[in-house]
Amino acid sequence: MATDQKPAPRRRGQGTKRAADAFAGEKPGTLVDYYRTMWLLRRFEERCVELYQRARIGGYCHLNLGEEATVVGLMAALEPRDYLFTNYREHGYALAKGIEAGRVMAELFGKATGVSRGRGGSMHLFDAEARLMGGYAIVGGQIPLATGAAHAIVYRGGDEVVMCQMGDGTVNTGAFHECLNMAQLWKLPIVYVIVNNLTGMGTKVEAASAEPELYRRACAYRMASERVDGNDLLAVRDTARRAVDRARAESQPTLLEAVSFRMRGHSVVDPARYRSKEEVEQGRAQDPVVAFRARLIAAGVLGEAEVAELEADVEKELQQAVDFADASPDPTVEELFDDVYASPVANAPRALPGDPAWR
Amino acid sequence: MHPVAVMTYRQALHDTLREELLRDEDVYLMGEEIGVFEGSYKITAGLLAEFGPKRVIDTPISEEGFVGAAIGAAMLGLRPIVEIMTINFSILALDQLVNHGAKIYGMFGGQTPVPMVLRTPGGGGQQLAATHSQNLEVWYAHVPGFKVVVPSTPADARGLLRSAVRDNDPVIFIENLALYNTKGEVPDGDYTTELGRAEVVKEGGDLTIVAYSRMAKIALDLANRLEDEEGISAEVVDLRSLRPLDRETVVASVRRTNRAVVMEEDWLSYGVGAELAATIQEGAFDYLDAPVRRVAAAEVPLPYAKPMELAALPNADHLTRVIHETLDVSGAR
Repeated sequence: MATDQKPAPRRRGQGTKRAADAFAGEKPGTLVDYYRTMWLLRRFEERCVELYQRARIGGYCHLNLGEEATVVGLMAALEPRDYLFTNYREHGYALAKGIEAGRVMAELFGKATGVSRGRGGSMHLFDAEARLMGGYAIVGGQIPLATGAAHAIVYRGGDEVVMCQMGDGTVNTGAFHECLNMAQLWKLPIVYVIVNNLTGMGTKVEAASAEPELYRRACAYRMASERVDGNDLLAVRDTARRAVDRARAESQPTLLEAVSFRMRGHSVVDPARYRSKEEVEQGRAQDPVVAFRARLIAAGVLGEAEVAELEADVEKELQQAVDFADASPDPTVEELFDDVYASPVANAPRALPGDPAWR
Repeated sequence: MHPVAVMTYRQALHDTLREELLRDEDVYLMGEEIGVFEGSYKITAGLLAEFGPKRVIDTPISEEGFVGAAIGAAMLGLRPIVEIMTINFSILALDQLVNHGAKIYGMFGGQTPVPMVLRTPGGGGQQLAATHSQNLEVWYAHVPGFKVVVPSTPADARGLLRSAVRDNDPVIFIENLALYNTKGEVPDGDYTTELGRAEVVKEGGDLTIVAYSRMAKIALDLANRLEDEEGISAEVVDLRSLRPLDRETVVASVRRTNRAVVMEEDWLSYGVGAELAATIQEGAFDYLDAPVRRVAAAEVPLPYAKPMELAALPNADHLTRVIHETLDVSGAR
């Protein structure tokens, strides 16, 4: 029951090894794949800003900009058969879990070809095949569901693992405490990941959490926990792998905290005036995508020309995604009542506004 | 017809849970004090001993957590049956139920059904005062995505519970504390009762009484008595299901009888009676000989003191008065 709280970096950027050392034992192709996925996430989100401003994307739209190292590192630690539950800031997770950008973009466009068939939108991405078990837009809502999924795995004697992602504000919900307690009590194969991007919507972690070192919350449940530099993709991946291995091999839960930075406001429309210029500059100076690219180039894994080629390739993929979303049909109104129930039932309501309830 | 046995509502629930546990390995029970303690109302008595802790799970007092965990397990194909000790405590799990359980199938485009059952008793009249005597079924019946059933007899408790467990949607199965010890005939065999269908439990020509759960029992008993003692021929519709609501059966009955009284144990405003009164005027306006009347609970936090509790909860005397008034106002008595 020892809590595995090794002295992980407390601040972003601390303890970063020299690029060449850090890549020891890494396959160059894998590193390039990581970079490509990070760049895909970066550019996907930047396209979202533009498409949102052009009203092609509706509702709320929360971006993973600045969190790419965390997202890609976490997803690299999962097997395809592992389940992922996320919150509403999840475009990047969907892409990094292997879902085609076109199907994600189509969902943001509200199209029938979207991952959730146009029913969910940005905050509610779901893909059964990729085992992305949903983006959840009520803070903390995904935690009991993910905990139950882990319970189902144990119940059936499976060897899958559940990862449950959440933001820093989520640790103060009741669901967080109820579920960490149950997960440890029942020895569930789950990795809870707090992406601590330092801010709720606008509330600083220190203003919301009496214990701002959030991974320490696990102590109350005798749960293993670790904090990791969320800007360091490989550190995130390795830390997450330890947790995933513990879940798979020992059926033990872990609480991870990845300290990251949200480059923009809470959502696309938030100018984030509550943050100082210095704070934003400091965060942006540690841009994990730029840093990883520089490290790859410095280590000779990628050349400038290859970077340009890769980025052009991503641009092409994204344009195809947008074109696919654009060309896709809207869901038809005739389907409005089709997905209310999985088992058909007598007398299910089908009245549209203005229709009599009975006829 | 199947042979019948006489048993209590409690026994019918217990036996059905046991049979479903035996029938399907994916079915399991979870809830507070359902195992070692055998359930606050002993519905799960003996089941931990028979099926073990994998199938009968005692949870911490974490309604939001374990109800959500049941929903999550159902998303992976298990068929959890959750007991919430009383409906009053289900409020603690509302986020998981309403924002997630009821939404997951539709919101994610039909990719993942949520085959879970939430069993919980409501009802007052036991001097449990304001926080332990509520009827909150309308909260759930309001929400698309749920199926909400409210059995009034041991036979329906059994048939509806079987249907609920085998259904692929979240079913809110609402029992009633005062019904647990009531007895009734229960057919033998593996019958199910269809969700979403009301039943005319007594035919009559003078007026229709619509009710559900404990009030349906009161209504049926009273209707039989009034027929014997006063020659009043009341038809009784037991809704059995609040979502979907079988408006057709109600409207068809009122078209025959021309008068309607709705009885519910819940508070008056925004209730099932309001919903049905609206439905009846839409579907049977030209058939009505009297205004649709409602018999429902006084809108107060239910007091502990027995005379106050008795005055606040609807009973057969209240229903008798309203039946008489409905018949009188239309010159039928």
